[in-house]
Amino acid sequence: MKRAPKGRGELRDLPPWRRTRQPAFRGTSFVARRLLLGAAQTVAVVLLVFALTEALPGDAAVALAGDQPDPARIAAIREAMDLDRPAYERLADWATGLLHGDFGTSLASGRPVTQYIADGFGPTLVLAALTLALLVPLGFGLGVLAARHEGRLVDRLVSSVTLAVYAVPEFALGVLLVTVLALKLAWLPPTAVGYGTDLLGHPAALVLPVLVLLSRPVCSLSRLVRAGMVDALASPYAAHAHRYGVPGARVRYAHALPNALAPAVQQLARTVDWLLCGVIVVEALFVIPGLGTVLLNAVAERDVPVVQGLAVVFGVLTVVLNLGADLVAHKLTPRAGVVA
Amino acid sequence: MYDERFPGLRRRGFLAATSGAAALALVGCAGGTDDKADSASGTPKRGGRLRAAFAGGGASETLDPHLANLFADVARAKALFDKLADYGADLSAQPRLAEKWESNKTLDRWQVTLRQATFHDGKPVTAKDVLYSYRRIADPKQAFRAKASLEPVDLDASRATGERSIEFVLKRPTAEFPNVLAAFGAYIVPENATEFDDKPIGSGPFRFVSFAPGRSAVFRRNDDYWDGAPLLDEIEFVVANEESARVNALLGGQVEYAHELNPTTARAHESGGQIEIVRLRNSAMQAFCMKTDRAPFDDKRVREAFFLIADRQELVDGALSGAGEVGNDLFGKGYEYYAADLPQREQDLDKARALLKQAGAEKLKVTLDTSAVAAGFTEAAGIFRDQAAKAGVTIDVKMGSKDSYWSDILDNGTLCCYRSGAMPIEAHVSQRLLTDSTTNATKWQHKDFDALYQQAQSTRDKTERAAVYERMQRRLYAEGGFLIWGFADWIIGTGRTVRGVETKAPANTLDWARFDKVWLA
Repeated sequence: MKRAPKGRGELRDLPPWRRTRQPAFRGTSFVARRLLLGAAQTVAVVLLVFALTEALPGDAAVALAGDQPDPARIAAIREAMDLDRPAYERLADWATGLLHGDFGTSLASGRPVTQYIADGFGPTLVLAALTLALLVPLGFGLGVLAARHEGRLVDRLVSSVTLAVYAVPEFALGVLLVTVLALKLAWLPPTAVGYGTDLLGHPAALVLPVLVLLSRPVCSLSRLVRAGMVDALASPYAAHAHRYGVPGARVRYAHALPNALAPAVQQLARTVDWLLCGVIVVEALFVIPGLGTVLLNAVAERDVPVVQGLAVVFGVLTVVLNLGADLVAHKLTPRAGVVA
Repeated sequence: MYDERFPGLRRRGFLAATSGAAALALVGCAGGTDDKADSASGTPKRGGRLRAAFAGGGASETLDPHLANLFADVARAKALFDKLADYGADLSAQPRLAEKWESNKTLDRWQVTLRQATFHDGKPVTAKDVLYSYRRIADPKQAFRAKASLEPVDLDASRATGERSIEFVLKRPTAEFPNVLAAFGAYIVPENATEFDDKPIGSGPFRFVSFAPGRSAVFRRNDDYWDGAPLLDEIEFVVANEESARVNALLGGQVEYAHELNPTTARAHESGGQIEIVRLRNSAMQAFCMKTDRAPFDDKRVREAFFLIADRQELVDGALSGAGEVGNDLFGKGYEYYAADLPQREQDLDKARALLKQAGAEKLKVTLDTSAVAAGFTEAAGIFRDQAAKAGVTIDVKMGSKDSYWSDILDNGTLCCYRSGAMPIEAHVSQRLLTDSTTNATKWQHKDFDALYQQAQSTRDKTERAAVYERMQRRLYAEGGFLIWGFADWIIGTGRTVRGVETKAPANTLDWARFDKVWLA
């Protein structure tokens, strides 16, 4: 144990495995600290996003006026949108509303921001859930397979294929898959256009986007798992376990795999974060109106309340996911120590 | 004060690079015959559902016709609603809900008679609905796009003179008043209607079924439509912002109509037989805009030198991938009143150099503002820079923000890329070339030119009026601030079974995206 929590001196008298069996108090304060930190991070993100959006050239009125930039019309739009008020006042109003759970209304349409988020979240969640459901078994499976056959043909095959696929940018892979599987062979629909309200009703349209989303995370995850397992299997404790006659499978799955899991779980959290917080390329390519599309439109329209609302959602999601990942990693490899 | 300027991509930042040439129409061809694509293939058939893919406005979309801004908005609005008039292929106003219009001698009072038409709820379209709609658009508290178009109308003094007749009182003589009735976004809604996203009621060829902003809108045939019931049972508008997605959906049979394709896509599929490519030729004006009130362009010799520097065919081939036609520094090729007799300007570098020397502007350095806001802009800027170098002019190309480009270039800089969609020549003048024009990007402010415009608007006889427009255009041709080098094609893709798509209709005119005449074979 590299470090013990302050004021918990009595723990030091316990052997390492005992200390880790009593994570309750330590865990709670860890979670509380992380949540506090996360809240501060989210506030910082929102402030930063607000400042950046304000710093962009033009505002919602200019964006809406588009190629008809009649100054009088821009002034009228600005007034109708309340953009003629100072930025800090608008931010304060929005923050006050947020404390009451009110995300405000869109500048562009006057509809509630919550509706934007709710509408965009459905397709995003469907894609993320499906991708994740396939990613976990595939990523871990391939990683374990490669590690088991380290240095042999299977390992080399898995390693080179994952490296190669990882090197292909998602838009290129998307275009390739659409051209071959949808347009040439006509096995699958090329886009999900018009299915936005009922994605699950058209499962065939989801195959290609999920494939594209899966491609790179599978590679990074399996490589991480492989590397972690190879390390662990080469470690003295694995060798020791072997000497004691512990069966190979048990060494692999009960001792080596958990070691490989900790970094993999962190990576998984980052992937889920990415899946939930805007997979803009895939959404645009396959016409799936998720959160990424909402964000992109909102930035182009300088629709500050929508951008801020999304910043809050994305900030909270990121904090919660990373916290979850840290907790899991902490469980798996208590001795690694997680810094809050 | 007409606003049908290319409402296309303005909010589509990241799409601008892939969106097709910025334009619409097909007017260039002299003859007006055999207008329908595939018109040879049989008699129109009823039934079926057509899915049309447009670039759209995302989750902020609305069905409020007065808020229409993007092509997708207009296509949906014209399916549900009508205007009193709309533009023909030469951008002249054609009667729609208005059966006829008549002016007094001085052209400042117009009597408009409505045809017998009903809204989708069975109520008749009356003078009161018209006045309500126009007053809603002109509401000073709002910023509806068509407000500027209705500016000549004194709506407080205008009144209903009968169930279906209205007397419009104008602030000044306006010979082209019918253009106001056809203005972008000037749709007629039922009296007191304020909410349009939930079961909007219009008088248009289709009735509302469902609407999910940024995703899809489904409308059903209006059997009682005054202009004849549509042939399609249903029309669904779907939103796909990426051009490649629209093409893929069309190739994969997920949609039957894809709006706004790239020239390269068109070339790839033109003879492939999988889809039909419809080119609405020659009407998205492509230009460089010189600010005539500041150096170096306050000297008309410098402006003329720039006119002579441009190799227009090279610009069309390079910036528009050949999908377009060269321009002659005048707006509205093929439109009503276009001065087609003026000689086509060609590149003449020696003369350009001589003019620059006369003007004392040798070794001239100019900054050219551009942005990825419209297809072809950055390419055109690069090509023109190289052409200018041959005449000894150094052009520094400056990239600007997509989302605020039009506002940025209105008063700043000296030279910028510019483009415009279809509108009547009169509207182009009133909106951009008068001393008090709201978007006068060339800073063309001349009292005598203003007077010519007023003279045209006060001239009852059409031939005489055309003569005045010609005088105005000769002046612009000789020394104006717009270097109009081309007119881009507007490209649409349709499925093999789609019939009745008009090929000679600039975007935003009556027959563009007019789905009540389209049918499926």
